[in-house]
Amino acid sequence: MSARAPLPRWADVALLPVLNVVLAFLIGGLIVLAVGQNPLQAVGVMLYGAFGYGAGVGYTLYYTTDFIFAGLAVALAYHAGMFNIGGEGQAYIGGLGVILVALALNGLHWALMFPLMILFGALFGAFWAYIPGVLQAKRGSHIVITTILFNFIATSVMSYIITRILKPEGVNSDESAPIEAISRIPRLGEFFSYFGRSPANLSVLVAVLALVLCYWLIWHSKFGYAMRALGQNPTAARYAGISGTRMIIITMALCGALAGMVAVNNVGGVQGRLILNFVNGAGFVGIAVAFMGRGHPIGVALSALLFGALYQGGQELAFSMPGITKEMIVTIQALVILFTGAMGDMLRIPLMRLFDRRATAGGQ
Amino acid sequence: MANTTQTQRLEAAAADAPAIELRGINKHFGAVHANKDIDLVVKRGTVHGIVGENGAGKSTLMSILYGFYTADSGEILVNGQRHDITDSRHALALGIGMVHQHFMLVENFSVLENVVLGAEDSPLLGRTLAHAREQMAGLARDYGLEVDPDALIEDLSVGQQQRVEILKALYRGAEILILDEPTGVLTPAEADHLFRILKTLRDEGKTIILITHKLREIMAITDEVSVMRQGAMVTTIETARTSPAELAEAMVGRRVLLRVDKSPAKPAEVRLEVKDLVVADDFGIPRVKNVSFSVRSGEIVGIAGVSGNGQSELLEAITGMRERRAGAIVLNGVPLELEGDAAAADAREAGIAHVPEDRHRLGLVTTFQEWENAILGYQRKYGPGLALDIGAAKRAARGHIEKFDIRPPDPELKTANFSGGNQQKIVLAREMERDPDVLVIGQPTRGVDIGAIEFIHNEIIRMRDAGKAVLLVSVELDEVRSLSDRILVMFDGHIVGEADPASADEGELGLLMAGVTREGRSPAAGADAPAPSQDVSDKDAEP
Repeated sequence: MSARAPLPRWADVALLPVLNVVLAFLIGGLIVLAVGQNPLQAVGVMLYGAFGYGAGVGYTLYYTTDFIFAGLAVALAYHAGMFNIGGEGQAYIGGLGVILVALALNGLHWALMFPLMILFGALFGAFWAYIPGVLQAKRGSHIVITTILFNFIATSVMSYIITRILKPEGVNSDESAPIEAISRIPRLGEFFSYFGRSPANLSVLVAVLALVLCYWLIWHSKFGYAMRALGQNPTAARYAGISGTRMIIITMALCGALAGMVAVNNVGGVQGRLILNFVNGAGFVGIAVAFMGRGHPIGVALSALLFGALYQGGQELAFSMPGITKEMIVTIQALVILFTGAMGDMLRIPLMRLFDRRATAGGQ
Repeated sequence: MANTTQTQRLEAAAADAPAIELRGINKHFGAVHANKDIDLVVKRGTVHGIVGENGAGKSTLMSILYGFYTADSGEILVNGQRHDITDSRHALALGIGMVHQHFMLVENFSVLENVVLGAEDSPLLGRTLAHAREQMAGLARDYGLEVDPDALIEDLSVGQQQRVEILKALYRGAEILILDEPTGVLTPAEADHLFRILKTLRDEGKTIILITHKLREIMAITDEVSVMRQGAMVTTIETARTSPAELAEAMVGRRVLLRVDKSPAKPAEVRLEVKDLVVADDFGIPRVKNVSFSVRSGEIVGIAGVSGNGQSELLEAITGMRERRAGAIVLNGVPLELEGDAAAADAREAGIAHVPEDRHRLGLVTTFQEWENAILGYQRKYGPGLALDIGAAKRAARGHIEKFDIRPPDPELKTANFSGGNQQKIVLAREMERDPDVLVIGQPTRGVDIGAIEFIHNEIIRMRDAGKAVLLVSVELDEVRSLSDRILVMFDGHIVGEADPASADEGELGLLMAGVTREGRSPAAGADAPAPSQDVSDKDAEP
């Protein structure tokens, strides 16, 4: 018998993450205060920037889309007992798939191009996760180490490909040739003027679909059952006749495919070209998103929205409150990641004590 | 040895202040009332047994006494003085020592180093060690606690490791010794040796609290016994004035049949055949060495042996959990391949059901809901294609719950929240309800309450009578003897003997389990014989 009862479910899935975010904002507020700015005003600006007007909402949705894919790429692996740090590299390589198919068939109507971009982004991303998966399953190389290293390999390989192969002559910036307008994934603003010129595009629907599919896969499919058995008790999974090697490889490939969708959103939907370092840390934010969302698709959606708002609101803040520098916004974002991701369980034991004491008091 | 009778001893002890007195101890864990208003008096210089089912609150009570938990209310008196025991250091200072069920030893340290660990009295170890060596020699002389002070723990037998635990407590000046399920891992000979040590300790004036669920041990060694049930203290009684049946009834709260009732076996055709099987462990060391036997339809073949002599690896090989190195596993005349990390599925498909020895590690995903575990290993049968038919799985789970009386009857409850006995029933129901040809069962009643043991034993007999071939492995010799129709004894990876449970006596089986045959050492007990054989060299193990 353990000394303390676990937290009630509502406290675990809702109270704890909310407390973490509040704590991060409190400390962020102190920093804002320390540089002589009004933290309440800053929060107001951020909220307005993220949700106050159409284009702002569009930007928030765009970031959210990225973070949903990156978050699912971590969450799915987590259910199988693996820690996929490689979302960043998988998304980057996914970008190669997207741009290759788009440039090869440049000019194809987007209705046909969109599914092709999804397919190739998924395939390339999956390939980049498949290798660490095989190394883990067949050779025992730890997935955390290999996926981290594969991020570096992806960066180097992509730098080479973009600057030496894809970059057209006479272009100064490090990027590929552009995709023609007709082949690009339409922005939401083209259907609803509310979103204005914001980068939110139809990829957001793919993100919603991915959330639903992941939910079904994890809790309503035999594969998900096997995945969770493996993640929660590998010896029992073996007892149940579940092949660990097979599960690890397939799960990693699925995660890579999800990460590859980040590239569809960015390359196919916004930039219309492959830009050097376009992933820009979204893959790493996915780790915090997955942990804050407790690996559940609904949680992933909500925490992705939080981070999306934080990113967009932060940009707005840097723009309209010059006293708060861009670095300070990164600091606040980092605080949220720190408190919800890395230190997500810091308040768990104090909370458990609190609930324990209350339960004991109630029992007497 | 004991010159005084038990009654004399109790009378003498009653004159003194009791070694331990607990008054009105209460402890809650959330909504669970683990200890309800417990009163307990342990007289000085006696062996006091505490029995009860799992979850009865024995361990909680002892943890409070040893300072792991703090009671919500109540008083602890040690030698008549009231103390609020805050941690185990405090308990030790009061002369209370504990020998845990799972030993707390550093495997690659020597016995001496383990004994002084945490009790070093100067920064330089030399003096402490020399002092400890002297003390240990004294303790060995006084209590028969002989262990080589320079041996590494990992080279010692389980029984010897336990002696080191006792030495540790005594070295720290323990006058009151708590032992938690001390014989679970011992051979009968080792258990007898332990009891002799405990009797000597008692005669020298130490007080011993023995937590166990084995009533035979209570009868054999204790002076008084306390029975706990569902967090409450039911009774404390002089051992001489009670009987195992009475104690069992007090523990469970109803009458329990301690003997297994079964009709003679009617063995028919051979179902499972194992031929020259060789299986290695994770480190590549052979644990099963050229084992051959067969199990017929309608019989229970029991494998007796001290744990760690290859039984686990044997079961794992037969059920596809571990690849064999050589030999054949034949089911209904067809050799099974059983290769790859999904081989358990092949074994199951072929008709071998498996109740694993360690249900927490293997048989259950304890974080799953009950219904998810009710289909573990059979998940492919639920639902078409990729989809999992959750409705069908829950229906199956409800069927199991009803038939095996699994409590609480909630298929959506997390499996970790079921008691040990009910968890075991979840596994048994799952494996038995598949109508397998062969049922392989490891430790069917490990950590299971007395009430559930009766039920589980009857279910195993029912499977046999339904024409299944049952292969049973248990470290409980009583269990193997009462259930099996044939007993195979395993030692050091070999089957060293076969016995008829009706005629074999315990001493003979015990010697076989320790690797000694009537003709002397078995050929199996070679140079690489595992630790248990070392105990046999002690004078007490000779016939």
